[in-house]
Amino acid sequence: MEKITIENLNLFYGKFQALHNINMTIQSNEITAFIGPSGCGKTTLLKTMNRMNDLVPGCSLSGRVLLDGDNIYGDIDVNMLRKRVGMVFQKPNPFPMSIYDNIAYGPRTHGIKSKALLDEIVEFSLRKAAVWDEVRDRLKKSALGLSGGQQQRICIARALAVNPEVLLMDEPTSALDPVSTSKIEDLIVDLSKNYTIVLVTHNMQQALRISDRTAFFLNGRLIEYSDTEKLFSMPKDKRTEDYITGRFG
Amino acid sequence: MRSRFDEQLDGLNQALIQMGSLCEEAIENSSVALMTGNIALAEKAILIDEKIDRKEKEIENLCLRLLLQQQPVAGDLRLISAALKMITDMERIGDQAADISEIIIIGKTHAENGTLYIGEMAKATIKMVTDSIDAFVNRDLRLATSVIDYDDTVDAMFTGVRNEIIKRIENREINGEYAADLLMIAKYFERIGDHATNIAEWVEFAITGIHRGEMDS
Amino acid sequence: MERRLGRIKAKIKRYRKNPLSLVLFILVTASACITFAVLLFIIGFILYNGIPHITADLFAWEYSSENASLMPALINTIIMVFLSLILTVPTGVFAAVYLTEYTKKQSKLAAIIRITSETLSGIPSIVYGLFGFLFFVTTLKWGISLISGVFTVSVMVLPLIMRTSEEALRAVPESYREGSFGLGAGKLRTVLSIVIPAAFPGILSGIILAAGRIVGETAVLIYTSGTVAKIPSGRDFMFDSARTLSLHMYVLSSEGLYTKQAYATGAVLLFIVLAINRTSGFLAKRIMKGNKGWRK
Repeated sequence: MEKITIENLNLFYGKFQALHNINMTIQSNEITAFIGPSGCGKTTLLKTMNRMNDLVPGCSLSGRVLLDGDNIYGDIDVNMLRKRVGMVFQKPNPFPMSIYDNIAYGPRTHGIKSKALLDEIVEFSLRKAAVWDEVRDRLKKSALGLSGGQQQRICIARALAVNPEVLLMDEPTSALDPVSTSKIEDLIVDLSKNYTIVLVTHNMQQALRISDRTAFFLNGRLIEYSDTEKLFSMPKDKRTEDYITGRFG
Repeated sequence: MRSRFDEQLDGLNQALIQMGSLCEEAIENSSVALMTGNIALAEKAILIDEKIDRKEKEIENLCLRLLLQQQPVAGDLRLISAALKMITDMERIGDQAADISEIIIIGKTHAENGTLYIGEMAKATIKMVTDSIDAFVNRDLRLATSVIDYDDTVDAMFTGVRNEIIKRIENREINGEYAADLLMIAKYFERIGDHATNIAEWVEFAITGIHRGEMDS
Repeated sequence: MERRLGRIKAKIKRYRKNPLSLVLFILVTASACITFAVLLFIIGFILYNGIPHITADLFAWEYSSENASLMPALINTIIMVFLSLILTVPTGVFAAVYLTEYTKKQSKLAAIIRITSETLSGIPSIVYGLFGFLFFVTTLKWGISLISGVFTVSVMVLPLIMRTSEEALRAVPESYREGSFGLGAGKLRTVLSIVIPAAFPGILSGIILAAGRIVGETAVLIYTSGTVAKIPSGRDFMFDSARTLSLHMYVLSSEGLYTKQAYATGAVLLFIVLAINRTSGFLAKRIMKGNKGWRK
């Protein structure tokens, strides 16, 4: 089932063209990985899907990005879009507040005031992010006091708290140690049962381990996009093969 | 980029070529020993088989190390996994050559001019082994395919040798021991042909990513 | 003790090899000592001369020529600071928010505002005093009064608050804003719920710095709020002249009769300023560490 469809997307930062004629479809309840060398446009494309590119001055684009068939660059409430399409960043960025308030921030933003309901949402999100047991006794303490891996899971819980349909993850484990990384990878696989996940990663083993489909980008163009296993065992394009075997990039 | 890895892959290539040459040498020696009655050559073939066994261990270790250190994907992965499978078949070829030599040594078997068919078989299988290794070295898909197809010819040759031996037994032209030895040697050559075919199939896999996986005949 | 000697010996050995670095080390240490000593001397001098003369009389509610009480002046100071802050904090902080959150880097308006504020903070305070006198006191006919003082001092302190607030806001990591937007929060909510609270310690230090400046301000107030040693009262209290603590000290010392009380006032003033500084540091630390959770 198609969740996000990108049609003829061209994106510019001022005069520089960052994305060239991108056409692709993200399937729902799957993990799609974006790989490619630095500067190839994969993070830019990711940010297009929740319009975080709007925050970059001088950014303009043409083409359409459809979420469940509706063009998100049309007449649409951007805040509601970002509720449906959540984001987890490369470096964990919990707010300088208590863990509870961090998770509750999203729901409160979207109008939920009842304490009972918020309590429920906080617990549910923290459970889903596999971090509830570790923080249940310190919800009122600052989120900044946690380890990197825990902070990142808090950020994931925070994103889940607004009940999104899609989760965009920009190299979510690149700043973490191997143990935290595998915990979060397991978490992502588990989440994909209920959410559509798009994952930008530099780590090809990670893409191999957890993604269903992989897209390879180079210089702002989509070079190859297929089943992860196929792409990594028998890539169709030589550039893909060269990149994944480490011959460049 | 990844020059160390490329160096290691080169090393793997070289080692496989060396092992292939050893296999060729072993079969040549056994085959000539059979045709000329030169026992010394048969003994040499057995020694070469020991070298082949050592070579297999060496390449196996190299491949496992590459898998561990380099986490290869795509073409690199196919190459290394093909190599792992190929050395098994090459080692068996060495064993078969040694087995042939043993029979020759014990039974002092010497193929007379009459049983030239077996000479043809020997030449054919040597060619198959040589070609499959060449196909690997040169990444020559067509050559690999030709080896695989040629196996049927070798199988037919075996049937021919078998029939000839049966005829000669019925005509009381040759003695029992000689017939038995010759038949076994012919079978071993046919097995060598099968292993060469396997090697060619793995070469195909390394190039195209598809392995035929035919049943052994 | 032995270990100390051992360490010193090791250090001397190291320096023998490199005499230039020893010279540098001595220079640097000496400068630090001198600076510290001067500071200590100033404070010590004032306290030495002032503390003995701090009497209960000095804190009488009403000023008379006998007790030279500083109480009215002290209260006037507090009122002055309070009123100025009411004027400047909202204006300054929101101006800073505008500059950081709502303008692009290249915006001309932002550049103008910034240059203006930097220029203003470089002007000597007596010029402000003159301006206040000419504009508030004379032109607006407010006279020498509390309100003239408050407004002049506010104009003086506004750039300071704006600048420190702007720095504090800029220091808030962009990742917080991104995180907030990513959750579907709008700009206003992000600024109010995330950015300003995160910048709060910095903004607070700026405010306290400004308060400290106001307490210490003399030249401006001579020309604008005057020297009446009474707490302004009544309906028109804003238009009464009111002397602040620093002015009180000035007047006492210039009259020549009250040197002791002047020193005492100076000591008190010193205590107040030190107290303000310590409080600001303490508060900032507390807020940074605590973070018990911000509402909304």
